[in-house]
Amino acid sequence: MSERAARTPFPFLGCWELQEMLGRRAYDERELLEHLEEVPLDSIYFHTHSVFLRERGLPGPYPNDFASWAAIQVRDRVLGEKLGIIDPHDLSDLESLRTEVVSLIDDHLSQLGAVPRVIFGEPFYFMQSRVLEIPTGVKVRTLKEFRDVLSTVDSSVVYLHVVEARGRKGRRRHDFATWVDEQLGLPELAAAMARMNPFPFGLEEIRRRLVALCDGVLAAGA
Amino acid sequence: MTARRPTLEDYRSVVPAGTVDFLRRLSERVRGRRILNVSVSREVGGVAEILHGLVPLLEEVGVESAWETLDGDGRAAPLTARLHHALQGGEERLPEEIFEQFLAFTRARAAALELTADMVLTHDALPAGLVEVRPQEGAWVWRCHIDVSHPQRRAWTFLRQYVVKYEAAVFSLPAFAQRLPIPQFMIYPAIDPLSDKNRELPARSVDSICERLGVPRDKPILLQVGRFDRFKDPLGVIEAYRLVKRQHDCRLVLVGGAESDDPEGVELSAEVREAAERDRDLHVLELGASARVEVNALQRAATIVLQKSTREGFGLGVAEAMWKSKPVIGGFAGGITAQVVYGVTGYTVNSVEGAAFRARQLLADPTLCTRLGQAAREHVRQNFLVTRHLGDMLALLATLVKRNG
Repeated sequence: MSERAARTPFPFLGCWELQEMLGRRAYDERELLEHLEEVPLDSIYFHTHSVFLRERGLPGPYPNDFASWAAIQVRDRVLGEKLGIIDPHDLSDLESLRTEVVSLIDDHLSQLGAVPRVIFGEPFYFMQSRVLEIPTGVKVRTLKEFRDVLSTVDSSVVYLHVVEARGRKGRRRHDFATWVDEQLGLPELAAAMARMNPFPFGLEEIRRRLVALCDGVLAAGA
Repeated sequence: MTARRPTLEDYRSVVPAGTVDFLRRLSERVRGRRILNVSVSREVGGVAEILHGLVPLLEEVGVESAWETLDGDGRAAPLTARLHHALQGGEERLPEEIFEQFLAFTRARAAALELTADMVLTHDALPAGLVEVRPQEGAWVWRCHIDVSHPQRRAWTFLRQYVVKYEAAVFSLPAFAQRLPIPQFMIYPAIDPLSDKNRELPARSVDSICERLGVPRDKPILLQVGRFDRFKDPLGVIEAYRLVKRQHDCRLVLVGGAESDDPEGVELSAEVREAAERDRDLHVLELGASARVEVNALQRAATIVLQKSTREGFGLGVAEAMWKSKPVIGGFAGGITAQVVYGVTGYTVNSVEGAAFRARQLLADPTLCTRLGQAAREHVRQNFLVTRHLGDMLALLATLVKRNG
C-alpha cells in the first residue's frame, strides 16, 4: 500500500514572512485588551500562529506573544500562564480565538485591584504579516518520497502546509493529511497526521513526528 | 579578505540549510524588476555598509539594482547630522533655516537623478524629500535606519509631510513605528558573515592582532565596542568590570573613540582614559572605522561581550559578537532586546550591578558561557544574516509591485 503513487503529486511550498507594524502599542494589560478588541484578525494570527516562523531555532518559553509579553515584560506570570495554555487548535476560527483571549484577560483583570503594566520591560507592539508562498520546485508522488523530502525541507514548508493551511486558510485538515488520504488512500495515516497539533511542540518537533508516522507505515508495508 | 565580493553561493556554507535555494526561488517572483536605492553617501556609515552587501546580491538574483547618492561629496553632512540628531530625540531645537536648507538641497540634487524604478527606496532623512518629484509609476518606500522612537516633535512633523506620500515605510524595530496612514514594515538590519568584520579568522591571526594591540590573552577578556557616547555608557562598563574584578581576575577592553567635532564625546573619552590610567588590565583602544579585522579579532578573543547601552538604535555589534559564539550582556535598549534572548543567548540588564552580576556568573561557569555562545550563533544564523535581509527586500518588492499591479 505504501508504494502507491499519487495521481496528483504533492507540491511542497515554502513561505517568506514580511512583518508589518500596526503602530499600536500597549503599556498595560487593559490597553492590551482594548487593542485586542479592535485589531485585524491577521494581527491575532501573527501573535498566536506565525510565532512559529520567528522562533524556528530557539522556541520561546511561551507559545504565543501575548503570554510571553505578560510573563516576561509585565512580569505577570499568572496571566502569562493563563494565556500560554490557550490552544488555537481547540477553537474553530480566529474570531473565536480573539474572544477567548479577550475574555481571559478581562476575567484576570476583574480579579485584580490594579492593572499590571510594564515598568522595566517593553510595551506590546501589535503586528501582522504578509506571507508569500514560494514553490520549492519539489513534487512527490509516493509516501517514501514524501517522507524523504519532508525530513529535509525548509521549516517554512512545514509551517505553510500545517499551520497556515488550517489557521489562516481555514482548511479542515492540514495539507499533508489531505494529500495522504485523497491521493495515497491512507486514511488511517491521514487521521493520525491530522490529529497532530503543532502548538505545544513547534515546527521541528511536528516535522519529526510526521516523519516518524510515515516511517511506521513504510515499515509495516515493507 | 579577497578583493572579490562574495556571491550568493559563497553564503551556502554559513546560512541555514536550504536558504540559498529558497532565495533563488523567491527571486523568481521579481526577476527583471528594477530597484533604485537613494542614500546619502556611498562611502560613510551603516547604510552604505548595508547597501554594499545587498545591492550586488539583488543583482545576482536577477533584480536590476541601481544605487544613487544624494550627498556623495559630503557637503550636507552637518545638515544631515543635525536632522538625524533631532529625529533621534536630541535636545537642540532646529532653526527654521535648517528645514529650508534641507528642501533646497534636495531640490537641487533631484534634477540630476534618474528616479524611475519598480521600487524606489530612499534611506533616512535627507533623500526623503525626493518623493516631491517622484514619477507616477513605481512604488516608493522610505527606509528609516535611525531610532525615531522619541523624535523631536518639530523635526518629525517636518519629515512626516514627505513620508506620508510614500507607498510604505520600513523601520528596523516596532518601537520606531509612527502614526502613519501608510503600511509600515519591519525589517531588521543584518550582518555580513563573510565581511572582514565577521569572517572566520585563524587562531594565529587573532593572537597576532591582540599582541599588536597590546592585549594579552592570559586572562578572560570582557569587551565593549562602541564610540564613546554617554548612551553607550563606557563608564558604567568600567564600574561593572571593577565589581567583577573583585571575584574574577580579568581584563576589560574598551574599543571606541570620539570624533574631534563632538565635544561631549571628546570629554567622555578623556574620562574613560582617566579611569583606565592606573589599571594595567583595562585597555582603551581608539581604533578607526577601517579597523574591521581588528574588531573581529578582539570579539573572537573575548570571553564575554558587553553592549551596556542605555539608548541604542539597533546595535548590530551585538549580532556580530553573537555570530562569534560569544554570550552578550546588553543594556535593555533598542535592538539589543531583539537580538539577545534572555538566558538563552545572553542577558539584558538594566544596571551596572546587573551587568557585573551576569559577567560574574558567566566567568564562574564556562559551560554556561559555551552554551549561550552556541545558541547565540544559531540565533544570528536564523535571524540576522544578510541573506535574511535579502529575502525581506525581495518579499517587499514582490508585495509592493503586486499592490501596484
